Amino acid sequence: MKKQIISGTHEPFAHIIKREKMPWWKEWGVRLCAIALSLVVCAIVIKLVIGVPPTALFSKFADGLLGRMRADIPQNHQFWLTMGDTSILLLIALAITPAFKMRFWNIGAEGQVLIGSLASAWMMITIGKYVNAGGVFPRWLTLVVMLVVAMIAGAIWALLPAYFKNKWNTNETLFTLMMNYIAIQLTAYCCTEFWSKKNTSNNVGVINSEGKAMGYGWLPTPLKESFPKVSEWLIIIAVAVVFSLLIHIYLKYSKQGYELSVVGESENTARYVGINVPKVVLRTMIISGALCGLVGFLLVSGDQHSISTTIVDGRGFTAIMVSWISKFNPFAMAAVAFMFVFLEHGAAQIASVPLPNGQRLSGAEEFSSILTAIIIFFIIGCEFFINYKVVFRKFSKKGE
Amino acid sequence: MVSLSYILQRSIVQSAPLLLGSTGEILTEKAGNLNLGTAGTMYVGAISGVIGAFLYEQSIPDGGTLNPFIAVIIPILCCCVGSFVMGLIYSFLTITLRANQNVTGLALTTFGTGLANFFGTAIVKIVDSDVPAISFNKTSAIYKAYLPIADDLGWFGRIFLSHGFLLYVAIIIAVLAAFFLKRTSAGLNLRAIGENPATADAAGINVNRYKYVATCVGSVISGLGGLYYIMEIGSWSINAIGDLGWLAIALVIFALWKPNIGILGSIVFGGLYIADTFTSGLPADLVRMLPYLVTIVVLIITSTRRKKEHQPPAHLGLAYFREER
Amino acid sequence: MDKIHAIELKNITKRFGNVVANENVSLSVNKGEILSILGENGSGKTTLMNMIAGIYYPDEGSIYINGEEVHIRTPKDAFNYKIGMIHQHFKLVDVFTATENIVLGTKQKPSQAKKFIADLCATYGFVLDLDKKIYEMSVSEKQTVEIIKVLYRGANILILDEPTAVLTPQEIDKLFNVLRNMREKGKSIIIITHKLNEVMAISDRVAVLCKGKYVGSVLTAETNETRLTEMMVGEKISLNIHRSDPKNVSERLIVSNINCINREGVKVLDDVSFTANSGEILGIAGIAGSGQRELLESIAGLQKLNSGSIIYIDPNTGDKENLRDKTPMQIRNLGVRLSFVPEDRLGMGLVGNMDLVDNMMLRSYGKGGPFFVHREEPKKLAERIVSQLGVVTPDTATPVRRLSGGNVQKILVGREIAASPTVLMAAYPVRGLDINSSHLIYDLLNEQKEKGVAVIFVGEDLDVLIELCDRILVIGAGKVTGVVDGRNASKTEIGLLMTGEQASSSQTEGGNEA
Repeated sequence: MKKQIISGTHEPFAHIIKREKMPWWKEWGVRLCAIALSLVVCAIVIKLVIGVPPTALFSKFADGLLGRMRADIPQNHQFWLTMGDTSILLLIALAITPAFKMRFWNIGAEGQVLIGSLASAWMMITIGKYVNAGGVFPRWLTLVVMLVVAMIAGAIWALLPAYFKNKWNTNETLFTLMMNYIAIQLTAYCCTEFWSKKNTSNNVGVINSEGKAMGYGWLPTPLKESFPKVSEWLIIIAVAVVFSLLIHIYLKYSKQGYELSVVGESENTARYVGINVPKVVLRTMIISGALCGLVGFLLVSGDQHSISTTIVDGRGFTAIMVSWISKFNPFAMAAVAFMFVFLEHGAAQIASVPLPNGQRLSGAEEFSSILTAIIIFFIIGCEFFINYKVVFRKFSKKGE
Repeated sequence: MVSLSYILQRSIVQSAPLLLGSTGEILTEKAGNLNLGTAGTMYVGAISGVIGAFLYEQSIPDGGTLNPFIAVIIPILCCCVGSFVMGLIYSFLTITLRANQNVTGLALTTFGTGLANFFGTAIVKIVDSDVPAISFNKTSAIYKAYLPIADDLGWFGRIFLSHGFLLYVAIIIAVLAAFFLKRTSAGLNLRAIGENPATADAAGINVNRYKYVATCVGSVISGLGGLYYIMEIGSWSINAIGDLGWLAIALVIFALWKPNIGILGSIVFGGLYIADTFTSGLPADLVRMLPYLVTIVVLIITSTRRKKEHQPPAHLGLAYFREER
Repeated sequence: MDKIHAIELKNITKRFGNVVANENVSLSVNKGEILSILGENGSGKTTLMNMIAGIYYPDEGSIYINGEEVHIRTPKDAFNYKIGMIHQHFKLVDVFTATENIVLGTKQKPSQAKKFIADLCATYGFVLDLDKKIYEMSVSEKQTVEIIKVLYRGANILILDEPTAVLTPQEIDKLFNVLRNMREKGKSIIIITHKLNEVMAISDRVAVLCKGKYVGSVLTAETNETRLTEMMVGEKISLNIHRSDPKNVSERLIVSNINCINREGVKVLDDVSFTANSGEILGIAGIAGSGQRELLESIAGLQKLNSGSIIYIDPNTGDKENLRDKTPMQIRNLGVRLSFVPEDRLGMGLVGNMDLVDNMMLRSYGKGGPFFVHREEPKKLAERIVSQLGVVTPDTATPVRRLSGGNVQKILVGREIAASPTVLMAAYPVRGLDINSSHLIYDLLNEQKEKGVAVIFVGEDLDVLIELCDRILVIGAGKVTGVVDGRNASKTEIGLLMTGEQASSSQTEGGNEA
């Protein structure tokens, strides 16, 4: 009988309502609880599925950051590698944030970055060939040309979906998604058809690594003497820091940033105050795409000195999650990006923890994806408890 | 020059995983859920089946033979369980907790691809097997087996009969799904939810239950696509499934959310996907771009035509919340 | 009474937060009867019906069907009790055919049900192509689908929420014939409407609600339109709103013969003409959805018109500008200081997730340098509004979504007034506000009027309109049905004009006494 009452013979038993905003400390409390819970789940997964003691693995995570595990790697190298990877991820997240804040579902960052890389590499190779053939071209101008072309390419990749969204309300999520694979195939085509060594494999190899064009289109490595570990990442990290500030300022203090927030919050209000919504959508996507192109340029000129279809390595998608769970706050994004890269490098330590049967595991990168995803599941899931509450009705009448 | 029947035969082989993937995604999207985790689900479906097959093969002593029935059923069951769990994660997050569908889907893809790639190499170590890498040749052979009569029937046998049973299962599932959506009352209810959940709710349909069931069943179907693909290849390597899941999502658009169009579409996409193996002269990578390019064109054309039947489900990608005033 | 009612409500009360939507309402419907529910906007008619249809659950009171107490928790429960409601906003799936929509949620397949539906149509006299898609249908066809939908589910009690609002006279006649057919077949019908002539034409009995309370019910045969109007508008309540005499009245905005057809093809503005004068409050009265929103939005540059003109006369230069089909930006660039307090405060006038300062900036963010927004001025403005209008908020950095309705409205009105407008339009500015906040808004509007602003006030409470406005423009179904003088109009007179009775004798052109 009692059960019957609970199942709601008279009134709905429980229902969900939107709650008033929580105080910030409570909000963050919920999020921290979610992260803690996710780590518990990670530990259970590690223990149950793989069989290694989770604490043994977690305690090695710091090694991934500070890199003490291999004697042949210089001290601190691992740390700067983490910072460099964090910077790249952060930059992509920053690039897509204006579009997301406008509620334009641009999941095409992967393609926009890649097309930027492709354009950079194209310029780099073309100029390199020209110089090696005896032509004269200033070294610094190579970088400028690469940068500009990369940004234009990225902007075009982002502009197309925005144009069709404005014109015919074409679904931007699906459009941008498809643009990713077009970029990937285009890159594959250029690599195999024009640039690969001996036309046999997909591998382009290091660009401008010989002859007079040696180092053309490579980002400079300043302060190499005094800070050898940092120098190859220095410019990328600096760019990330500068763009965190710039995007923060753009979103918070600029008229354009204000306009795109209004469009994102309510198109009705935007029209009411006279904002030209299609224009704002186009402009924001151009900016977003151009920034993605810039990241593509950095990947080619600073990180890889080469081009391949996997140069972005899924970070265009990861960045969406970084941006979203940071609620579009550039500083939170930095923290989240760091957490993701830390997890990735930390999970690499799984190889150093032997299984109970004495075997050792590989596949560190993949393992980190599992952990990262579990943590993301918990973080996006916990937002529900911040925004809604479950109300259990009191019964006005007892069952007969 | 390769023969037309060879091209068709290869395209059809390639079409089945795409067809399964897109049929699953169509069911999911018809319920208003844009599951970008399909790529991950197909990976998990594949690796679950592969692990099942591997463990079964390992349990047979050397020189023993597999029981064909068990060898078929174990990977399918493992695959179903694995991809069902993926669907369940997505459903719980997006339906019950109302998380953003795009972000959840992408996280699910990260999760699924990572999981599959990790266990694809680690499983041999974890179970302390004496083989260096995961293998399931015998099971794969059973999956690829076809009626011997096919070889005697010339081009007809080659194109239509020389396939493993899962291909026919894929077509049957697509036909059934098309029938379900178009002809049954449950299918009608499901489509109503994707179009206008408030109306469906008012008509007394349990919106959340339908969304859960459609998404989980859709995930299982997509997962089978991963299994078919990996059984065709016969070995596991890193990123073995490639971007098949994304291509399946493209196929959903190309097929205008109709599984029966998907059958033909999958053959076209499948052919384009492997066109490099039988075209010389044409740049393979540009040919592989075609499915995506065509999809964009279809997407644009349908949005300009504004024919309501060919649009994505109106409530695709949005969480439903029955607002209490 | 010893007769068993088809449905009976006893002492129903429903609250939303602090607002009481229905208070202690008791009502009954007999079998084979058409009952009209009459009441002004916000009198709680729809809420009451939603409780029968399972959308809301009453806080107090009980519902009896055929003499037995029932609990209706969901729309599905309502179906099981054979209750069907036809909402004002149709709940249909656009890409489905009529048949598919009708069988939706039942176990039947469209193909099986077709014969039965065709029979239903024949029985009650519906004319409908069952294979037509909803998006190809006219409003009246959609409504027919809704009605067949509930009949198909075997409903014995039908509730129609303002079914005639969207129909042409011919379509209304057809609908009424169908309703009469249904009554003959023993169905009970509840029809919510504002139009008195329709009440008289169709119903057997009328129940009147006023401000959430049940006033009483009368047999249609024993009443007339004036008596019903009196019941509906209630006793005149004195609100003691201060009203000064208009000074320096001159023409500011001349609206001539504007017509507007909306996306559904309905003529929402039908040859509307009026003049708004400076130093005067022009009230606009009408049943909700009679074209008020489109009228204000067309002046504000948010609504395209099919014909007509909107002439603005500059108070300083006397120049005339036609505002028709200009964008809000173009209107502003012409130097027209037009302020607009829209009905949808958080969906249009303000951004709920932004704080007070950013909301102040909505109108003015374009000022100053090319790149950066300047928050100093808006911040000062926000602080001024908070202190002058007594807005209750922790600080100016609080998202407006978190403030109460009255405070949200103070912020919106405060901002619009701060732009020192020459024309101020306010749509339902006191809806949902308590008495003190409402009076503050009245005072603000009066203050603007005394400054020489042309104020246009769209309201729903006739007491307020009569006490606040100098002239009242009454519109019904997109047409101007009359202009009355606020100082000597009666509620009944306005009520009759609103409900579509062209009472030309009471039409008095006011506002010219200055």
